[in-house]
This record gives sequence, structure tokens and C-alpha cells, in this order.
Amino acid sequence: MAGFSDPGFDTLALHAGAAPDPSTGARAVPIHLSTSFVFESTEHAASLFNMERAGHVYSRISNPTNAVLEERIAALEGGVGAIATASGQAALHLAIATLAGAGSHVVAASALYGGSYNLLHDTLARFGIHTTFVKPRDIDAWRTAIRPETRLLFGETLGNPGLDVLDIPSVSALAHEHGLPLLVDATFTTPWLQRPFEHGADLVFHSATKFLGGHGTVIGGLLVDSGRFDWERSGRHPELTQPYAGFHGMVFSEESSVGAFLLRARREGLRDFGACMSPHTAWLLLQGIETLPLRMQRHVANTRQVVTFLAAHAFVAGVGYPELESHPDHALAARLLPRGCGAVFSFDLKGSRRQGQAFIEALRLFSHLANVGDCRSLVIHPASTTHFRMDDAALAQAGIGPGTIRLSIGLEDPDDLIDDLKRALKAAEKTA
Amino acid sequence: MKLHVQGREAYAYTGGKGFDPSLPCVVFIHGALHDHSVWTLLARWFAHHGHGVLAVDLPAHGRSAGPPPADVQAAADWVLALLDAAQVPRAALVGHSMGSLIALEAAARAPERATHLAMVGTAYPMVVSDALLALSRDAPLQAIDKVTALSHATLATKPSYPGPGTWLHGGSRALMRHMLQGWPECNLFHHDFSVCNAYAHGLQAAALLQCPATLILGAQDQMTRPQAAQGLAQALRAQVHTVPGGHMPMAEAPDQVLGVLRAALA
Repeated sequence: MAGFSDPGFDTLALHAGAAPDPSTGARAVPIHLSTSFVFESTEHAASLFNMERAGHVYSRISNPTNAVLEERIAALEGGVGAIATASGQAALHLAIATLAGAGSHVVAASALYGGSYNLLHDTLARFGIHTTFVKPRDIDAWRTAIRPETRLLFGETLGNPGLDVLDIPSVSALAHEHGLPLLVDATFTTPWLQRPFEHGADLVFHSATKFLGGHGTVIGGLLVDSGRFDWERSGRHPELTQPYAGFHGMVFSEESSVGAFLLRARREGLRDFGACMSPHTAWLLLQGIETLPLRMQRHVANTRQVVTFLAAHAFVAGVGYPELESHPDHALAARLLPRGCGAVFSFDLKGSRRQGQAFIEALRLFSHLANVGDCRSLVIHPASTTHFRMDDAALAQAGIGPGTIRLSIGLEDPDDLIDDLKRALKAAEKTA
Repeated sequence: MKLHVQGREAYAYTGGKGFDPSLPCVVFIHGALHDHSVWTLLARWFAHHGHGVLAVDLPAHGRSAGPPPADVQAAADWVLALLDAAQVPRAALVGHSMGSLIALEAAARAPERATHLAMVGTAYPMVVSDALLALSRDAPLQAIDKVTALSHATLATKPSYPGPGTWLHGGSRALMRHMLQGWPECNLFHHDFSVCNAYAHGLQAAALLQCPATLILGAQDQMTRPQAAQGLAQALRAQVHTVPGGHMPMAEAPDQVLGVLRAALA
């Protein structure tokens, strides 16, 4: 029951969007593994299809379990609603495809997850959507890159691989000055560390696969709308403000003054591209989100201990974590990320590519794999895996050294993590 | 659609179909710091079931030019002028909260033009506490947060509005902020609350009514408590329907509200 103010974050993480099931009394959210939902009558069916009534028709478009997850992440982000997608990549694609078409342009931070970079640089370009990449700290570069056909600006709250802190207040102010929305990938931070809408972002997406799920079990994405961007005033998004032939001439900004983006994304993008989330996945993500506040506190606390250990180690050349004064975004992080800068970071060994490999192979607790945000600690050596085709010069251009190691700090006993790292560092040092 | 009302541009959502003034008309009137979008499901249903629909944006709200009406009486005159502009001789008047008072007053001012009156989430007098009035004046964003929390009965309204995946608290908060920013010439929130609080013509208006009246009340409404509508219900000899939820029955119980309105406007 709502009181005089909305509940706090921890309460919303457990309750937003969910109530005991009225038909069974089930307290936990039921998994509605049903493709479709029975109509009460032909008239009821027609009214659902024509958006005269709210309800579920077919699970590609909406599903009761997914809806709980969507409402919950919207509540935690401070948004008006959300759409659950098959993956974080699907969420990014849905966001861009809703606002952009052939001939459109995107301005994006250059510090991006590789998958996002590929989508923007190669795949969307094939469909006529082109992207200009800019250094996230260079506000003038963002400004210069905007063109008449630009439809959105995009960056990560903590950019890959150096944890560039996106200056959301400055970039969003610039975007709004040009009638453009700012889309933010908040995967590394989650709403527990930062709520981008409070700093001016308009749309947020997550790879829920990571910290939101938190257990390395499912792939999923979430796209959230702040409801704050004025599409009509902008005049740059006819997809939302002009009649849509694909839904009886519907003008989405008339249907919903604050939810036009989500209406079109669901009624077009989810309907036609079909990258929906399984209800079982939604349920597992809900289990993760219920403990998100507790887990994120521990993720950050463990990370701080590991960072402190590594920063003082003689065989470590440098640690890239914004809470360290040596990080170029230290001051910005203190302002925008006071609860912490997440649990994924990179550090550099004073060694060769071979010594980096030796370090990885000596680890026992850290799992060597290509993921982050698991409750278990993870490690990867980019020079020998994700970027193995690059020579040292190309690696340097990407901000990666031959001895760069990326860690995702989990929830284990931090002393055990440090012992594991200590042993592996010794092994790497011994490798000539 | 755009209309010209009292010398200013006015907007009315027509339910996803072109407006036909020859059809039985339903006018939907929103509440404080809202716009037509609180009615879209109902508007679409009636528009696709043999009615002409005008879900208005009151002056200074959403797409209608300002300034806002000074009081309920002025707003009622504006609604009647909008009917003239749309060439509608008679209409059912459906209002929510502040809009319900406007619908009542319009039906009283031109009884021959009102086929039905439906008041959703209503009370009379519609007293706004001194504390909430002061908060809306001094800290409207805080007041929006407080009213949003008070207006919704649960954290899990199903199937949500206008469709699944919408966080109603967030949608309500964003809409009110949007309205507040949309008319920077005054504090529209405090203005609308003051209009509600000042209206003292309800029982006289009820006595002038000639059409059937229906009240749709949220069982857990903390803004306009159901018991605060009893006197008005008696004065109107209204059919009273209580539906689950709080102060936003169109969002919290859309099917139940539709069911009541279908029967009431038949």
C-alpha cells in the first residue's frame, strides 16, 4: 500500500509491480509460461488489439511475468515503464530502431562494449543508420558530431574498457539543446549505483544478464523510458509524433503524453523484430533484482579491497578504477557515483602478453570467461582472448596493454580473492 | 483535433478516429495537472463503438493554449464553448477529480446539453488540505511525489495503463511534471488545487441537473475519499459505483470503469 511517499529503493526491489497472485494466493511472482491469453469474447479480443483495453494477447508483445519485471526496473530507475528484451543487445537495437531509420545518424561515445560498437559501426550502417564515435570526455566533440539527421546520443555510464565516467548532466544538456534524447547503457552501474534519469538521461537500457540477474544464469535486456523527453517539442522524431501506418494511423505522442516511446517500441519493434524475453528469464531476473541492493553493496565493498591491494602491488603498473585519484574521471565519479564505481575494472601487469596468460592460468577462484556481473569473480585477458588478433600497437590504440587484465569482482570472501590474486601475480612474475 | 475555443487554440483527443459530431458525443475532462492521456483507453473504446469522443486538454494543460481557467465555472464555460466549436449540440460529460467538478458545473449551466454526467474519483466539497495546498505552492515537485503516492492504492496495478509494463507511479509523476513545465507562466499545480478547493457551487449545480448522474469512486481513494462524495451523490440522486483502487480508477481499474460507463451512457 502506498503511503505519503513512494517506498525506498530496497522495498521497490522486492515489491514494485508484484502482488500476491489473485487467483492462487501465490506470494512469489508466478511464471506465466503461456504463449497467449484467452479472450473473454470477440468484442474483448477486438478491443485488446485496438488498444481500447489493456491486457495480454501474445507473449511476444507482453506477458504477465515480464510485466512485473518491466514495472520493477522502471520503478527502480524512476521511469514510466520498460520493455524486457531477449538480451542487452536487443534492448539497444530496439531503442535505436524505434527512433532511427535509414538516413538517420547517432552520436555515440567511443568507449563502448564491443558488441555495441559492432552493432553501431558495422551492422546498423548496413541498414543506413550511421554513427559518429566521440571521446566521451570531449563535450565539444559531441557537439560537433551532431547533424540535422542525428536522432539520439548514446554512451555507457562507465565506458569500456577504461571506466570512462559519462558526464550525463553535460551530455544530456547538450542533447536537449539540440532536441535529442540521451540513451545510456547502465549495465555496469545498475540503478543502485546511479539513476541516470536523475542526471538528465532520457532512456536507459541494461544487459540484465549482468548485475541485475547477478548469477550468470540468463541472457536478457531491459529498456526503460524516463517519460521526460518532449518528442513533440523536439520535432525530430516523426516516428512518435506523426501517424503510424503500421497501427491504423496511431500518433503515439497523442496516445500517451509521457509514454509514446514505449508504445511505439512495443507496438512496432517488439511486435515486428520479435526479440522478446522468455517469462522464465524474467522470473530469474526478478529473483536477482530482489537482492540487488545487498549484492551491489558487497560487489563494491569487495572491489574496493581488491583495488586497494592491486594498486599497492609491485608487479601492477596501474589500476583503472575511478575511485582512485589517478583515474581521469575521479572527480566526476565522486559527484555522479557516490555509492561506488561498480565491480568491473581493468589493471595492467608489468609484464608481457605471456605473463598475462600465466596470471590467468594461475588463478583458482576467478573464472576465466567472457562475462561480467556474476556473483562469482571473473577474469579475462583481452590480449589473448577478445582482442587476440591485435598487435601491441593496435591494442594500445584501444586502450589495452599486453598485460591488461579485466576483473569482475564477485561476492566471495574478499580475503580469498586477494589470496588468489596474490598467488597468480607471483606466478606471473616468475614467468620470464 | 485542434479547435478554436474562446479565441484560443484548444486540443481534444478523439480516440484514434476522426470526430463525427453527428454521433452521440462523450466529452472526457481530466483532473488537476493532467491532460487527455488519462482517458485514452476509454476514449478509444467509445470512439470505436459508435460515439464521437472529445477528450479535452483544458486550457494551459497539454496541447491547449493558456491561461488556465480561473475557476470551475470558467472551465465549465470553456467546455460548453468547445462543444460549440465542435458543433456538438448535446454530450455526455465525464470528468475525473477536478474535471468532475467542471463536468458537473457545465451540466448545470446548460442542462439541455448534457445527456449524462459521470464523475470519477470525486468528492464535494473537494477540499485540499492547507498543508497540501502550501506544498503545491512552495515545492510543486515534492507535492507531485506526494500526490502520486496518495493517488495509487498499490505498487502492482494490473494490467497497468495504458498497457502492460507501465509503472503507474512513474507515469503519473512524469505526466504531472510535464504539465507543470508546459505552462511556466504560473504554478499550474497550485492553481488547479486552488480551483478544486474553492469550488462551492456543487450542491446548487446538482439541483439544476436534468440528466442521469453516475459516480465512480475508488474504494481506497485517499485524495477524494468515497465517503466525501455521499452528500453529492444524494443531491444528484446518482448511481454510485465503487471500483478497486485509489484516485486513478481509469488507470487502476480500467475495465471496471469501462463497464460502469458503458452501462451508464447506454
